Amino acid sequence: MGRINSKQEDLGPETSLAELPRHARARVLRVQGNGLAADRLRELGFCPGTEVRMERRAPLGDPVVFRLRGTLLCLRRTEARRIAIQPLDR
Amino acid sequence: MNAATLARTLAEIKGKSPTVALVGSPNSGKTTLFNALTGLRAKTGNYPGVTVDRKVGIAKTPAGLVRVVDLPGTYSLHAISQDESVAVQILKGEMVGEEKPDGVLVVADATTLDRSLPFIAEVLHLGLPSCLVLTMIDELKARGGDIDLARLGGELGIPIVGIVGNRGIGIDDLRARIADLAQWSEPRNLPQEDTESRFAWADGILQRVTRSRPRSSRLTQALDRILLHPILGPLVFLAFLAAFFQSIFSYAAPAMDFMAGLMDQSADWLLANLPAGMLTDLLADGIVRGVGAVLVFIPQIALLFAVIIFMESCGYLARGAFVVDRLLGWAGLEGRCFISLLSSYACAVPGILATRSIPSPRDRLATILAAPFTTCSARLPVYALLVGTFISREKVLGPFTWQGMTLMGLYFLGGFTALLSAALFKKGMLRGATLPFYLELPPYRFPSLKLVTVQVLRRIKLFLRRAGTVILGASVLLWILLNFPQPEEVDGRAPEPQTVLESSYAAQAGQALEPLFAPMGFDWRINVGLLGSLAAREVLVSTMAQVYAYEGGEEDAEGFGKMLRARNPETGEPRLKRASAMALLVFFVFALQCISTLAVIRRETNSWRWPAFAFTYSFAIAWLGAWWTYLLLS
Repeated sequence: MGRINSKQEDLGPETSLAELPRHARARVLRVQGNGLAADRLRELGFCPGTEVRMERRAPLGDPVVFRLRGTLLCLRRTEARRIAIQPLDR
Repeated sequence: MNAATLARTLAEIKGKSPTVALVGSPNSGKTTLFNALTGLRAKTGNYPGVTVDRKVGIAKTPAGLVRVVDLPGTYSLHAISQDESVAVQILKGEMVGEEKPDGVLVVADATTLDRSLPFIAEVLHLGLPSCLVLTMIDELKARGGDIDLARLGGELGIPIVGIVGNRGIGIDDLRARIADLAQWSEPRNLPQEDTESRFAWADGILQRVTRSRPRSSRLTQALDRILLHPILGPLVFLAFLAAFFQSIFSYAAPAMDFMAGLMDQSADWLLANLPAGMLTDLLADGIVRGVGAVLVFIPQIALLFAVIIFMESCGYLARGAFVVDRLLGWAGLEGRCFISLLSSYACAVPGILATRSIPSPRDRLATILAAPFTTCSARLPVYALLVGTFISREKVLGPFTWQGMTLMGLYFLGGFTALLSAALFKKGMLRGATLPFYLELPPYRFPSLKLVTVQVLRRIKLFLRRAGTVILGASVLLWILLNFPQPEEVDGRAPEPQTVLESSYAAQAGQALEPLFAPMGFDWRINVGLLGSLAAREVLVSTMAQVYAYEGGEEDAEGFGKMLRARNPETGEPRLKRASAMALLVFFVFALQCISTLAVIRRETNSWRWPAFAFTYSFAIAWLGAWWTYLLLS
């Protein structure tokens, strides 16, 4: 059988950062793809294990502000879709 | 230290004194530190990407002078935009004309070490002697954060200094550190070079050296709740702008009237007290009245820059980009283009330079071509003169008058055209993929009065330099063209000034342009002004001051605004019809009359094709816009 995660109750199914609702937290699993764009997202701190919180959407729905590693960073949904996450409790 | 002394000292110490480079993430406070170390006043701001080119200065240290190079901020040494690649090339010693630095001051915002420490590892891997400078130590403490600096230095194996750049705290310690550059220890325990290892390494170190983590800024959270609110945010922004444009007329006008009176009195005094003759006329009419007509707008320009500098330093600029990014996204552009366009409100030249932080060359070109439409400060004298003269002072809403609202409308028209044209360029000829968009929203930080004053004074100085060179030169040239050829004396009497003017070279040139501008009711006088404004937009004001001074005879101290509106005694027509004045305003919204902007487009695109194109299409839009405005209003 598969590995048993002791905190399984806390973790939702894998999804993309673009799906994260407001004020929800998640853990970064990986940045999909290669190339300059993916590299830059990793260098900005979207590394496996990093905790991200969705702060707010822009008035017109896009881009979205995330809090990670003590900074506020905004990404467009198209970029956020490349980042696989696991939602955390609450 | 002025520019000439700085250049001389830099040449003297070249090859003798060591060079240190300031490296760090965008908005980590490098330029504030650079200014503190060198005593220079390079432009700072609270948004990523203020510095797009290297800046060089000299720092005094206990061991003598040291060259300091301020580099554009970068998140990584894998550069994806032009400003980042400047930083990387210099660090690797690949930049022509810039030696590899002898040491690196790695600058990091103490409140965001989680994000910047992995980049620091990347810099340390370069193997240059390095010293870590943690900025904004005061903010870290204010937000309840505490880092064991000595331990962090020990973990990294390099010297470390904590500073508060804008208050000069820790700068002397840093000078002493720079002085023993040769003794800087080698970094140790560096991680593998890949991104994931660097982040894991950074997390490990921070866990050991952080006594308490800083809270997120409460002020920032509270302000963002209002300023980024979908409805409240834009409303607050509009109210702020309306108040600003109104104040241009309500509060700056008395100061301006005072200066206008002063200029007129000086001109009259010169005419009365110097021996009559050509030179006196040139001095009084060409220089004092001509250049003076532009100088009277100093209060307005100071106000404009105070507002722009405040917006740039408080952290709002990046939020503006965040709010409108979606609109730009539909146009195929990104929020950073908006930052460049906003910078163009001061002047299109730095705005165009700011496009170096845009990674996609296509987005960059589209933004460069759009930037001249934004309402730069050179347009302000023209707008203020024409709006102040031809638009009513009646109140529209609360404290706001038609004048203030019209001015705001002109600014919006410029901004809207800029966005629209950027979008069209991107959609039309510059099709291509967009690179990833990301933008850091810095915490709100309010600039000190001193910082705003210093930066406003710097801009006023630049404006005065412009007045003393381009505008002065154009005014003198126009005076000559307005006074020659001198008609023959008739019956031993000197010709009337009116006759001289109407047969002058300038009048001939203006008349030659009449077929082009007659549809919007511009006579040769305005045409001469338009010709002069090709050198710089403000020259329109100085030219018109000269032309109408001849025809007005006795001027009154209230400047020549009144004269423009007054009726010509011979024809009974106003000198400048309201519809033509409005057409002229619209012409100035669109036309690219600025040699410096054309030159910078040439430099940044490396071809004459783009400046020629920009000039032509903006002239076409300006002509059509002015024509339609005239038809609509007459």
